[in-house]
Amino acid sequence: MFPKNFTFSIADWVNGWVDALVTNYGDVFRHISDTLLWAIVNLEGLLRATPWWLMLAIVAGIAWHATRRIVPTVVIVGLLFLVGAVGLWDKLMQTLALMLVATLISVLVGIPLGILSARSDRLRAVLMPLLDIMQTMPSFVYLIPVLMLFGLGKVPAIFATVIYAAPPLIRLTDLGIRQVDGEVMEAINAFGANRMQQLFGVQLPLALPSIMAGINQTTMMALSMVVIASMIGARGLGEDVLVGIQTLNVGRGLEAGLAIVILAVVIDRITQAYGRPRHGVGK
Amino acid sequence: MSAVQTMNKIEVKNVFKIFGARAEDALKLIRQKKAKDQVLAETGCVVGVNDLSLSIGSGEIFVIMGLSGSGKSTLVRHFNRLIDPTSGEILVDGEDILRYDKDALREFRRHKISMVFQSFGLLPHRTVLDNVAYGLKVRGESKAMCAERALHWINTVGLKGYERSYPHQLSGGMRQRVGLARALAADTDIILMDEAFSALDPLIRAEMQDQLLELQKTLHKTIVFITHDLDEAVRIGNRIAILKDGRLIQVGTPKEILYQPADEYVDRFVQRRVASL
Repeated sequence: MFPKNFTFSIADWVNGWVDALVTNYGDVFRHISDTLLWAIVNLEGLLRATPWWLMLAIVAGIAWHATRRIVPTVVIVGLLFLVGAVGLWDKLMQTLALMLVATLISVLVGIPLGILSARSDRLRAVLMPLLDIMQTMPSFVYLIPVLMLFGLGKVPAIFATVIYAAPPLIRLTDLGIRQVDGEVMEAINAFGANRMQQLFGVQLPLALPSIMAGINQTTMMALSMVVIASMIGARGLGEDVLVGIQTLNVGRGLEAGLAIVILAVVIDRITQAYGRPRHGVGK
Repeated sequence: MSAVQTMNKIEVKNVFKIFGARAEDALKLIRQKKAKDQVLAETGCVVGVNDLSLSIGSGEIFVIMGLSGSGKSTLVRHFNRLIDPTSGEILVDGEDILRYDKDALREFRRHKISMVFQSFGLLPHRTVLDNVAYGLKVRGESKAMCAERALHWINTVGLKGYERSYPHQLSGGMRQRVGLARALAADTDIILMDEAFSALDPLIRAEMQDQLLELQKTLHKTIVFITHDLDEAVRIGNRIAILKDGRLIQVGTPKEILYQPADEYVDRFVQRRVASL
């Protein structure tokens, strides 16, 4: 038995802090929440208003542009068609909208943070343990305060997804930039390239395969959060999985689960194809 | 012409470079004439360049020679401040380049000094044309001007027809020609060449040496050439400086080095050469 007089708890302190946050800054969070919600609702509306055949054509175009091969393109379009065929098209679009917004926020936050962390060892030393926490902390722990601040629905789902999905992108951006050949950096320095020329002309293009791997990981992890997202009121494919579990409807749960897997495979193949270097840069 | 040649392009005065956290302590020790090993043992600092002074004339090919670890690559990086000295002065055209702030240093690198690297340092995601034009593009020259200059130098170094290739599609010798063309296209007075030909096989290396000498006949650049190979040094150098453990052992024309070696270290280089002939 652990001695009683050595124990302490941070629970009350944290609770007080969260309460204060809710009462004092509730309006600010409500405002952020409304803005985000507006973006998601519009994107979702757009995706759902797009006719299914046009959507498939757009995906086919992107897949062709990324892979330049016929078979993967056909398989990608065929798989998405299957999701529509089992009656989950609408849900698929809802999940896609949620995931796109979460990925976009992750990219907007993650890539700049990765760039900064590649530049400063000190920032990296602080950031890396933080990222470990973000990835390992069970998501329900931060979902509760996020729910208190933003209410139920899509917005807390986005936040939870970003917290979970952004770390790999930050790590891989940092790694990609740090792995750029030292002599190449020395050479462009010797020719007087300034910071922007170094970053956009050399570091980011050479780190691109690594950054794309990061975006790929981010989308995959974002997708793995859709079931949890549906528990706090975000609609989409996760909802069907949840209902399937709750009503012991294994078949329905499996259909929705497979649809999530298909979305994952489609996004994975497309982002991976974009991450492949075009000129044998990796050599 | 002779008046220009006697003017010093680069002047190095009492430069020390010490790597490590306790550079100040190490500097004190080395000033008390302690040996490199002793400094390393006492402070954990590595002495890269040790009280080195030399001057390089305008328009000459100045070769800095030494074994690996002698500090020659470290020294040459002081001339464009890829490395800053721990102590000492470096003058280029009479100006103290250590006083330059970031912007002045960038201007200096863009207009006055360029560099060729041992493992080329080419941009793998850019074509030969873009690589050669890099120095011009960085300093904001127009697209047309970049392309025209780059094409001129690509032709001059004998890479006509490879403008659209990527570095990984070229052989080692061809890649270094790109590196050389990039430095020449920047049209700077000074070119630093850090073991530029060391990674090439002997035949290609000789070819590149000839090409460099041929170009220098019309260009009259100030070239600082780093090598560990005495044959190469004698072949292309107007003057040769020999480094050991970060110290300057001897400076002189190839003849002086060959016939009046300053000490046993230099003599060993020379003897090896005689023996191999």
